[in-house]
Amino acid sequence: MRRQVPLIITFFIGALLVISVFIPPMVSLKETFTLYFDIIAVFAFFLGGGNLLRVHLGKLYGKKQDWGFSLVTVAGFAMMLIVGLFKIGNPGGIAASITAEGSLFQKLFEYIMVPLGSTMYALLAFFVASASYRAFRAKNREATILLIGAFIILLGRTPFGMMLTSWIPEQLSILQIPNLAIWIMNGPNLAGQRAIMIGIGLGVVSMSIRILLGIERSYLGEDK
Amino acid sequence: MSRTMIILLALVAIVFAVSWAAKSASLDDQYDDYISRGFLITLAAFLTLSILSFLYKDNPFYKFAEHLFVGVSAAYWMSLGFWSTIVGNLIPRLSVTLSAFFKVPHIEDEYALYILPDKVSYFIPVVLGILLLMRLSKKAGWISSWPLAFIVGTTAGLNLVRYLRSDFIEQVSSTFVPLLVDWQGTGRFFSDFNLYAYGQFVTMLGNWVIFIGVLCGLVYFFFSKEHKGIFGGASRVGIWVLMITFGASFGYTVMGRISLLVGRLTFLFHDWLELIG
Amino acid sequence: MTGWIPRIIAISGSDIGIIISLVVIGGGLAWLLKQSIKAGDVDRRIVFLFIFISVSVPILFPITFSETATPIVKKLYDRIENLPEGSAVLISFDFDPAMAPEVQPMADAFARHCLAKNHKVIFMSLWATGQSLLSTTLQNVVRPEFPEKIEGVDFANLGYKAGNEGVLNVIVTNFRKMFPTDVNSIPLDSIAVFKKIRSCQDLDLIISIGGGKPGAKEWILFVGDPANVPMGCGVAAVTAPQLYPYYPKQLLGILGGIKGAAEYESELVRHYDRFADVKKPGLRMMGPQTLAHVVIMAFIVLGNISYFVTRRRGKKP
Repeated sequence: MRRQVPLIITFFIGALLVISVFIPPMVSLKETFTLYFDIIAVFAFFLGGGNLLRVHLGKLYGKKQDWGFSLVTVAGFAMMLIVGLFKIGNPGGIAASITAEGSLFQKLFEYIMVPLGSTMYALLAFFVASASYRAFRAKNREATILLIGAFIILLGRTPFGMMLTSWIPEQLSILQIPNLAIWIMNGPNLAGQRAIMIGIGLGVVSMSIRILLGIERSYLGEDK
Repeated sequence: MSRTMIILLALVAIVFAVSWAAKSASLDDQYDDYISRGFLITLAAFLTLSILSFLYKDNPFYKFAEHLFVGVSAAYWMSLGFWSTIVGNLIPRLSVTLSAFFKVPHIEDEYALYILPDKVSYFIPVVLGILLLMRLSKKAGWISSWPLAFIVGTTAGLNLVRYLRSDFIEQVSSTFVPLLVDWQGTGRFFSDFNLYAYGQFVTMLGNWVIFIGVLCGLVYFFFSKEHKGIFGGASRVGIWVLMITFGASFGYTVMGRISLLVGRLTFLFHDWLELIG
Repeated sequence: MTGWIPRIIAISGSDIGIIISLVVIGGGLAWLLKQSIKAGDVDRRIVFLFIFISVSVPILFPITFSETATPIVKKLYDRIENLPEGSAVLISFDFDPAMAPEVQPMADAFARHCLAKNHKVIFMSLWATGQSLLSTTLQNVVRPEFPEKIEGVDFANLGYKAGNEGVLNVIVTNFRKMFPTDVNSIPLDSIAVFKKIRSCQDLDLIISIGGGKPGAKEWILFVGDPANVPMGCGVAAVTAPQLYPYYPKQLLGILGGIKGAAEYESELVRHYDRFADVKKPGLRMMGPQTLAHVVIMAFIVLGNISYFVTRRRGKKP
């Protein structure tokens, strides 16, 4: 029951979606089952929220280390959820978009989520620079090729690259750094990315077949 | 809490209050809600600086911002998921009364599953969804593997055909490019060494690089045969192509990260401090 | 010979700011070189400070450059330009605030271009955060710059749906099943834009703006290829190189990072006078971008000099 039912569900739904590609009358069935998937995806969001609450409320009750910050998480979660689920301060009422102009939910997004989310990633600019200084060494032939590639792209994607090589005549303009950068992207980069893509593509296909046939069962957890 | 921390908190509170007052004053003639707007911009600046403070070292301000982000994000996704998909797709198919309550148009019964009306069949994802939530329970957690199987099966079924077509067949087909050109004389062959004119030599060189590059890249990833002799040579060329690829990716990554920093600093200098127009 | 005197007099305060900053950065880099050779390493916070200065200076004292669209950007521009009036174009906001500084300028530029060409634009999102960022574009670009355009008639906002590629797998054959209503609960049958549109197969162009999963790749796999709909994308720089294998067969064009946005903006300004005075964040960001790139390249060079010097010292008996 614990293992057979999930394997049957996986095979049934997966096979149905594969077959529907080849049998047009099954389109409606494909749409419906995919829509089920989309609805279950929202329950996965709820699961994520529930799990977050469980972890942080556990820290709060147990007064574990840094429990004060767990309080911040729970408070932020509760505030956004109440404003979102009850559409508090929504100018258009219940039927209007939750992100309508002037809604409290949209304001919280703009002034809390945007600065937090984008600054978190902006930090990486500093770390990339630090890594460039400390770790980007031309230690061997391969590393040197990587370094030269990166250099051409870094220069070529700014006007500075053109300034440096604008003296090269039009007939040989492929040697101008921005054009060289374009060529690298359309030539070697495309080839390398395509080799990776074909490899990953084959991997995804074979893994999908293994899952559908019940050979790959790791997603069900350990056998008990 | 240490004394230094208390002094620091007091300082931040003062700066926050001053900024709020100054920002509200500067927005006075533009907006009716200038006080709340002044507060929100100051809050956004405070959160931005809190995250940036991590560059000095890990500290309570960063931790505060980080924990707030986690909580707010989770609730944001839940709220959007509820209104867009539960209210937008599920309720109109399940209940007339609930549709009227949420002011969404009710969808007349269809028979997508042939024998079952939608009103009944759409309980399937609801039941599976509730089973998924059972994962939070220690005793009944095992049953969440049923909806998980549905999710995994759907993903596998969707990916199987699509990846095969777009990332394998199409990519292989796009790699078979013409490697020779019609000879129209030396002048035509070697002229136009620029990307816009697409001179014959440049085009041909590009095609050779793509063909050989993909082939050698794949050879490098093929581990069932020892990389020796011609195979080893091809694998070596494959590494070089991949190194240029990673170099290009590194260059683009630097570009992306800098852009994000520019975005945040522009917010601080323009929207908060109003140093630039 | 005498031309340099009026040129010096003509230097503005902003130029002086840039010159002083460049001197500080240059001097700092020289100091860093000396330190690197002497000590082999410097505190990472000094490196951070350099990046902060090199990004801040061109923001405070703007340096602007002119851009020319590269072929990969121009092709997408030309496709939108050459589509007949009233064509249906879908723009999907598949990103979050972490990518927004890079890709929101692209979304704004595409929205401007499509509406200026009188295309029917359908906005949607595969990311929850995309719906809020879409509202921002509607609020800052569409409504103020195109007051004559009516929601429902000239453009539609479908908002977000959960399910990633699951959403695409439905709308590729049926829009109404996935989106019974738009974001404001108005049935799709009552929206003029959707009068002739049943599925993605009825669209003339799809543009995905993003940089993560789901994004342009999923659009190609689940809609572009199976439904044979022309596709273009604007993506964060991190993702752009991975999408080149799809170009030009499966993707008409790619806008990669802020440079792509700047190129598209410059093309718009060149052809449409009405956009001469609108905000062009892409072009504006190229100044800081350029200086930061130069500083990072200097770091790589300094790091390598330090490495080779240290290695040579290590070899000496």
